[in-house]
Amino acid sequence: MPLRAPLLFSALIVASCGLVYELVAGTLASYLLGDSVTQFSTIIGAYLFSMGVGSWLSRYIRTALLENFVRLEIVLGLVGGCSAAILFLLFGEVTQFRVALYGLVGLIGVLVGLEIPLLLRILQDEYGLADLVARVFAADYVGALIASLLFPLLLVPQLGLIRTAFVFGLLNVAVAWLLLARPRPMARAGIHRLSAALAMIALAAGFAYGDRLMALSEQTQYPGQALFAKWTPYQRIVVTRAADDIRLFLNGNLQFSSRDEYRYHEALVHPIMSTVQAPHRVLVLGGGDGLAVREILKYPSVDSVTLVDLDPEVTSLFARTPFLAALNQSSLRSSKVHVINADAFVWLQGIHERFDAVIVDFPDPSNYSIGKLFSLTFYRRLNAVLSDDGWAVIQSTSPYVARKAFWCVEHTVQAAGLIPAAYHVFVPSFGEWGFVLAGHRPFEPPAHLPADLRYLTPDVMRDMFAFPPDMDRVPTDINRLDNQVLVRYFETEWAHYLAE
Amino acid sequence: MLNRRQMLQRTAAGLAAGALTGCHTDTAAMIPGRMVDSGMDLGHRLRGSALRGTALPTPDERRRARVVVAGGGIAGLAACHALHCAGVRDVLLIDALAQAGGNSSFGENAVSAYPWGAHYVPLVRADCLPVLELFEELKIIVDRDSNGRPVYDELFLSADPQERLWIYGRWEAGLLPELGSSLEDRAQFARFSAETERLKTVRGDDGKPLFAIPIDDSSADPQWRALDRLRFTDYLHSQGYTSARLHWYVNYCCRDDYGSLASEVSAWAGLHYFCARTGIAANADPGTVVTWPEGNGYLARALLQRASPTLQLRSLVTRIARAGAGVEVDYFDAATARSVRVTADRAVVCLPRFVAAHVVEAGPGLLTPTAVDFSYAPWMVANLTLSQMPGGPGQALAWDNVIYDSELLGYVVATHQSLAQRQRDTVITYYWPLTEHDPATSRTLAAKRPLSEWQNTVAADLLRVHPELRGRIENMDVRVWGHAMIRPTPGFIWGDARRDALQQQPPVFFAHSDMSGISIFEEAYCRGRHAGQLAASALA
Repeated sequence: MPLRAPLLFSALIVASCGLVYELVAGTLASYLLGDSVTQFSTIIGAYLFSMGVGSWLSRYIRTALLENFVRLEIVLGLVGGCSAAILFLLFGEVTQFRVALYGLVGLIGVLVGLEIPLLLRILQDEYGLADLVARVFAADYVGALIASLLFPLLLVPQLGLIRTAFVFGLLNVAVAWLLLARPRPMARAGIHRLSAALAMIALAAGFAYGDRLMALSEQTQYPGQALFAKWTPYQRIVVTRAADDIRLFLNGNLQFSSRDEYRYHEALVHPIMSTVQAPHRVLVLGGGDGLAVREILKYPSVDSVTLVDLDPEVTSLFARTPFLAALNQSSLRSSKVHVINADAFVWLQGIHERFDAVIVDFPDPSNYSIGKLFSLTFYRRLNAVLSDDGWAVIQSTSPYVARKAFWCVEHTVQAAGLIPAAYHVFVPSFGEWGFVLAGHRPFEPPAHLPADLRYLTPDVMRDMFAFPPDMDRVPTDINRLDNQVLVRYFETEWAHYLAE
Repeated sequence: MLNRRQMLQRTAAGLAAGALTGCHTDTAAMIPGRMVDSGMDLGHRLRGSALRGTALPTPDERRRARVVVAGGGIAGLAACHALHCAGVRDVLLIDALAQAGGNSSFGENAVSAYPWGAHYVPLVRADCLPVLELFEELKIIVDRDSNGRPVYDELFLSADPQERLWIYGRWEAGLLPELGSSLEDRAQFARFSAETERLKTVRGDDGKPLFAIPIDDSSADPQWRALDRLRFTDYLHSQGYTSARLHWYVNYCCRDDYGSLASEVSAWAGLHYFCARTGIAANADPGTVVTWPEGNGYLARALLQRASPTLQLRSLVTRIARAGAGVEVDYFDAATARSVRVTADRAVVCLPRFVAAHVVEAGPGLLTPTAVDFSYAPWMVANLTLSQMPGGPGQALAWDNVIYDSELLGYVVATHQSLAQRQRDTVITYYWPLTEHDPATSRTLAAKRPLSEWQNTVAADLLRVHPELRGRIENMDVRVWGHAMIRPTPGFIWGDARRDALQQQPPVFFAHSDMSGISIFEEAYCRGRHAGQLAASALA
């Protein structure tokens, strides 16, 4: 009799703990692996499946049910409580991170799956079956409700993910403590009390130092030392340095490494710029780091460069910070350069000028918003602002990793009435990278390039237009605003690549 | 010490109290907004004048017009447009509200334009020539491909993702529930979908499609028309559709398009929703629809601009009668509180039947319409300005966002077609067909309900799935349409009442979507255009 109330209370607590661990894992996966639609789904699926495994395994626990339940709570409290901290610290390694993520989700799921069957069996003599199931599951679902309300409204905003997990780990261990406190003979109660106490101390320490862990984990996500980190209304900007290598990350995605960015930017800019006879007016969409503009300014005929980038924090960072301005040779402060902080598509809809060259250097199409910047509608508009002899070039993700996505860009450009030519370059920090250039006539690689390039020569350039079989053209749909096939290709292909 | 039951009760009660007081006092006290007039007050004066003797003033002013168009919804605007195209000038359009458009009226604030009712048109059927012509004229259809398929302006095609459904705490793509659907559910979804796809291509014994738009182009095959006497739910059961989830989906579609439950509409009408939308585009998938931030307000505005009739807004038509070879139309102008008598050669009555029955005066060659058997669904529409985009786990924000098992229909995002990368503010439109009671009771209750109660209902529904939007609802305006749309109850579409209503009575012509039995843009437009053309040719 005296055990009933604490055990039912336990059902309520363990249900809320179990749900919180699942929410923590799902939220972390979407934070750290990006805004992928699949994160929550796969986490919930893996978790529920593991709970099923746990429930099934519970049949093998035949004796000492209460004692085993106490042990279970201590172990679960430790694992679940530390889960968020472990995942944050492991984030630097993407492959390891996924192993750790699903390993932890599986382990916690199995442990949580054991709980309710054990509880039911412990209480089976106290109630009739109907009453027992009703009470335990009612407590279980109420616990889930409490957790699901507290998690988004109170816990994440107030405590953050790491400390939320520690709090619920403590609650799990507290359940063990509560049961141990009942005056009922239990084998090895002393040892259990000691383990519970140690677990609680460990979790409390984790809770107390949770903030520092958070700061530490941001460091470990990036190579070298984070020199600059800021949330803007648009994104998370992080600049790091390791030895002579300066890197820019936006929302955790590498934008360039100063060791090899010249390969990317020379390949991006010079094929079209050297094709246009005396380019005067140049438009850059995206590319707020000023590195593409640096290459454009190597053409003396250029009178004006219009740079349209969404985030004023990025453009001002690269205009004003000495070590970053040194990278772009102060291109953003040139009198020829006009920086416009605007939404590129909206801006493009409103202009009537035309340009001799347009450099389109947007982030990869990883969500529906960015996907619009790779749509048929966008390229039609691009076509309209291109002068009769003008050329445009588009950053088009990796033809090796995301082959369909890459050729989808090429096909969409063609559907917009332009004549495309696809090419690729190897950038060590990115891997094999692709571009699509386009104009109003077939492209002939130019015979001459500016003198002081580090990578590109006319011979190297000609080779870039040849695609080996593993990156060669594949059939794709056209990316339209109403189907956004590119985002789906991109997600599938990159997820597949990262999972390998 | 508490026993477990008390404990559970207290926990539950505490949670409930927290949830209720937390969200209700928050929302009611803190959300600015207003009730937007939908003509009920002015309209009731018409009824009042007849029933309670609170007579409207007799006309003490006269004016003339070539044609009077009474009622400025899509039918009225289409009539004006047709008259204008036929070269008829001096057309007077009278509407009870401050803005023409009827169900297609719209609002606008600093964040976005937004609909107050109808918000999309499906891809137009290849045989629905009047609407195809209109869409070409308005450059909504910009071209034809080599196969003759229309090319739509892509900025007007509903952007991907188009729909998502909230179920079990996350968003799924599409409206058919995935998570938790059994094999049997899925098999029935597939069978229903295959059957409705098949019926799209079937023709009746007269060679006409079974379900057409306009509705009167549908086959007269008695075997199929018999379905109009059956309730839709009875039909579904007779076909072996038992899945609760399929029934939820079908019921959702009926509430969405007819403001009625699947058990209240005829099987013919229910199937029409699923089988009549056969439109295709060269540059869009078949399920795509045409939409704008202001919904069909875009079309209302375009029609009004092209037709440019003389506008007499906030004015109630009180009497339409024959006068010699022409007509007399009286209206009460709410702005001046005076009544005016217009003498015209022709009148096009684009009022719903229950209003026409009050104002058309019987005389030689003119019968007063009867509204018996015409039943209308009441609706609530709310527009919410948010200072944060709705998010949520799973499928990203879609144009149409539906919550499984909610009494409300969910919300449409006005800024969904925007090309901007980052949006922080938006307007969402919440729809709620009031189907809890019979329409008359729901209407009476709705008329008494204060703004704060509507706001509470909508906010509770929204915040249940979007806790992140707490404190982010900057404004919520609410509009109640007492007679929002005709209900295709069993026997109505192919029954006597509707057949009689189609009789034109020159020089008075009638057009309204209630004459079709379903309230969609295409029906209103085709009826209005036809009546306008008849009126114009009668003048010539």
